[in-house]
Amino acid sequence: MDFIRKQAYLIDFTLSSLLRRKGKNLGLLLVYTLIVFLLASVMLFTHALRKEASIILQQSPEIIVQRLVAGRHALIPADYLEKIGQLRGVVSKRGRLWGYFYNPSVKANYTVMAPEHLELTTTEVVIGAGVARALGVGVGDYFTLRSDDGNTYSFQIKELLDEDSELVSSDLVLISEKAYRVITGIPEGQFTDIILSVRNPREVRKVAEKLTEKLPDIRPILREEILRTYDSIFSWRQGIVFVLLFGALMAFVIFAWDKASGLSAEEKREIGILKAVGWESGDVLRMKFWEGMIISLSAFMLGYLAAYLHVFYSSAVLFEPVLKGWATLYPQFRLTPFIDGLQLATLFFFTIFPYVVATIIPIWRASVTDPDAIMR
Amino acid sequence: MLITLTDINKVFNQGKHNEFQAIRDISLQIEAGKVTCIKGASGSGKTTLLSIIGCLSRPTSGRVTLDKEVLSGLPERFLTDIRRHTFGFVFQKFNLIQGLSVLENIMLPAYPLSLNHKALKTSAQQLIVHFGLDRVMHNPVEWLSGGESQRVAICRALINKPQILIADEPTANLDTRLSQEFMELIDELRKTGKTILITSHDPVVFDSPVVDRIVEMRDGQILES
Amino acid sequence: MLLNPAILALILVSAVITLMLMLASGFAIQLLMLWDIKSGSELQLRLERRTYLISVLLTWAFVSELISLILFVYNAESMSGQFVGAMCATGVLNVNAWGWPTLFLKISIFFSGATWLTFNYLDNQGFDYPLVRIKYFLLLLITPLVATEFYVQTRYFLEMNPDVITSCCGSLFSADAEGVAAEVSSLSPKAAVGVLYGSGFMVMLSGTWYLLRKNSALLFSVSSAVGFIAALMSIISYISLYIYEHPHHHCPFCILKSGHDYAGYALYVPLFLATSFALAAGVISACRKIPSLSASVEIYAPKLAFTALALFTIFYAIATWLVLRSSLTMESVWW
Repeated sequence: MDFIRKQAYLIDFTLSSLLRRKGKNLGLLLVYTLIVFLLASVMLFTHALRKEASIILQQSPEIIVQRLVAGRHALIPADYLEKIGQLRGVVSKRGRLWGYFYNPSVKANYTVMAPEHLELTTTEVVIGAGVARALGVGVGDYFTLRSDDGNTYSFQIKELLDEDSELVSSDLVLISEKAYRVITGIPEGQFTDIILSVRNPREVRKVAEKLTEKLPDIRPILREEILRTYDSIFSWRQGIVFVLLFGALMAFVIFAWDKASGLSAEEKREIGILKAVGWESGDVLRMKFWEGMIISLSAFMLGYLAAYLHVFYSSAVLFEPVLKGWATLYPQFRLTPFIDGLQLATLFFFTIFPYVVATIIPIWRASVTDPDAIMR
Repeated sequence: MLITLTDINKVFNQGKHNEFQAIRDISLQIEAGKVTCIKGASGSGKTTLLSIIGCLSRPTSGRVTLDKEVLSGLPERFLTDIRRHTFGFVFQKFNLIQGLSVLENIMLPAYPLSLNHKALKTSAQQLIVHFGLDRVMHNPVEWLSGGESQRVAICRALINKPQILIADEPTANLDTRLSQEFMELIDELRKTGKTILITSHDPVVFDSPVVDRIVEMRDGQILES
Repeated sequence: MLLNPAILALILVSAVITLMLMLASGFAIQLLMLWDIKSGSELQLRLERRTYLISVLLTWAFVSELISLILFVYNAESMSGQFVGAMCATGVLNVNAWGWPTLFLKISIFFSGATWLTFNYLDNQGFDYPLVRIKYFLLLLITPLVATEFYVQTRYFLEMNPDVITSCCGSLFSADAEGVAAEVSSLSPKAAVGVLYGSGFMVMLSGTWYLLRKNSALLFSVSSAVGFIAALMSIISYISLYIYEHPHHHCPFCILKSGHDYAGYALYVPLFLATSFALAAGVISACRKIPSLSASVEIYAPKLAFTALALFTIFYAIATWLVLRSSLTMESVWW
């Protein structure tokens, strides 16, 4: 109880002390907040993207079977579906048709696909929001694709893909299977790849193993591997940004050290007075520690809040280029907020921890000032 | 409270090229309940002596005893604790904290003692009223006159109810009238049983009838006791 | 892999803490050589002032070490998706030989730090700094521990290879796999119950004895340390099974997840705190013969012991409740 009361007195004095030196402390607060803002933005953004990606990927098939010829991805014959036969754990299997189309006029890569669940006539197309924006078209307008034999095929846009799925569907173009085969020249009896649904996640590996035994020229791509790779890449990208920001962090640490060491004559005098009237070195140390804590916590909260607003309400305008990738068809989307203890702890170690460490020695030096000096 | 100093020496910057002996072999007894004035020119070591008596610094050698307790060997932390409860300081330049009010300045020495806030405030207010500062209680100390500032400094020195009051050149920044008023305050305090130690080279102080004993210092030594 | 921010943070913090402790050790050596409480010289004064710096450095270092322990576990948890075969933190720790040692070192540092801080606090109550020499000597022992942790942790992270198949808690914590973790979980539930409540009984008994008779605090500390280890073993071989409601899921980390109502925290927090308080009580009580400290010891040791007992009670109560409320019944299988 005594301890709490004492801290309350010290905090009271600290607050009034901070307010008496608004200029210096405001400057420090600003820089500190900026650092927290930068780091928190990166973490929140990447984390949210990663979560988003994993949620979306939940709908992708557990196993994608691709055929390799001389180490390169090749078309897969439809009779492989029978060759796969009945594998325990496989709930369904089907062939997929999809590929990339480059449109030089907008310098964009489309992903063109024949969807399973959509009924399209040979002249209808469904496109993603990014494609629509890039071409400036909407429902009812016309969309063309150029085939390998030089012919141009026109489609009427039936609908645009849902905004909610923009993150993965932004560059998607969906046409009927027949239209796809005509444009690409892929004959009946061949697919781009085969997908399998496996109910029990523990059995996915086993199924993959058996597939490679049965069909030596295929490679199975597991959804869990994709998720793992995404995870890895996002972590890695985050890490790179942090490493780049290390310079900023060092500058901040030096700045903090400097501010803490550079006591004005007035501040030195105040500490001398405190010690002369009965404050012990430990009390002064604690008071200075609270000063640091108040500034740190304020900066942390303000910076984090600003980062939150930045990432989740303005879609992280500052970071898009680095973290999303190189595509010209940027999806527009709202991320779902995700916060967790890991983030906060990491952020704490990159901001408050260095600040405290940088200021320990200057604070100590200030606190052990000889009160004797003040009598002279 | 009887303060005894035995063979006190104080050396600054020991072992370095600018080594300086401020106090040489001083033995002294400060009587309880009396007003003692230490007289001497500047540089005579009286401020150093004061800070040793008041436990603000430690002697290089020698012993300081308070009643029977030896203080000189104590580490800073405990010295501070004893100092808080035993000594009240009034400094030459008052040394109030700018930006804080009169009330806050007075309460300041008691903060580390984690006393009940209400009780502390009441004690402070009692002192404020006693010393005629109630009208300026919430004013920032920058607005006060010299005399008012000094009274605030005295209140601050008294907040922890110390037995001994130490004042270093208290009248240096005051005119004659205020200096005399100051001595009247000292007289009042002496009558309440406090022990008072003043350093000064102001005749208003050392010639005052309030002073019971004069100790003269020169070059770090006592001339007469 | 190494560039994950949490990993960067952990390495950074470990490095800085090691440096802080090395700095403090440097001062400590100086202090041990030159300390003379009786002298009023400027040197002695400087040394006394140094003690404040060392206190602050170490307090901050140990608090950070605690947070880094928590971050380490969280991080292992969140990285489980990046390793084949790792279902949770356990799998991530198994990725190479340095994972579990890092965790154990962090836990040891936590307890060493708590003990040191206790010594420090007590020393400050005595006007002649009676524990100075012991304290700083202890510090010189803790510093290598911290440096080792830094080294081991860095190796762990550097040698992490996400493509390596690792065993997840299922195969590690199954009774026929090799290694310490497997042995622990192969404690039969009956044996685990015996170990848990047996050691618990010793802890409560020695603690109560101390509170009543004010002696044998050391016995209390030792039985608490044993109780701590016994508790961890029981969590793995017995309590976790009831929390997961699965007779073969032994992992000690999955209980920290939200899916299990964060039961892990309710178990680990009281357990760790209780053990540290009990150790502190023993440490403090050992100093009761020192004249300048005897008053403080009389006040604080019982308080610490009481708090430790209360927390242990909470731990055992929660552990028992978690088992009783579980839907898992192994009647006639285990009992």
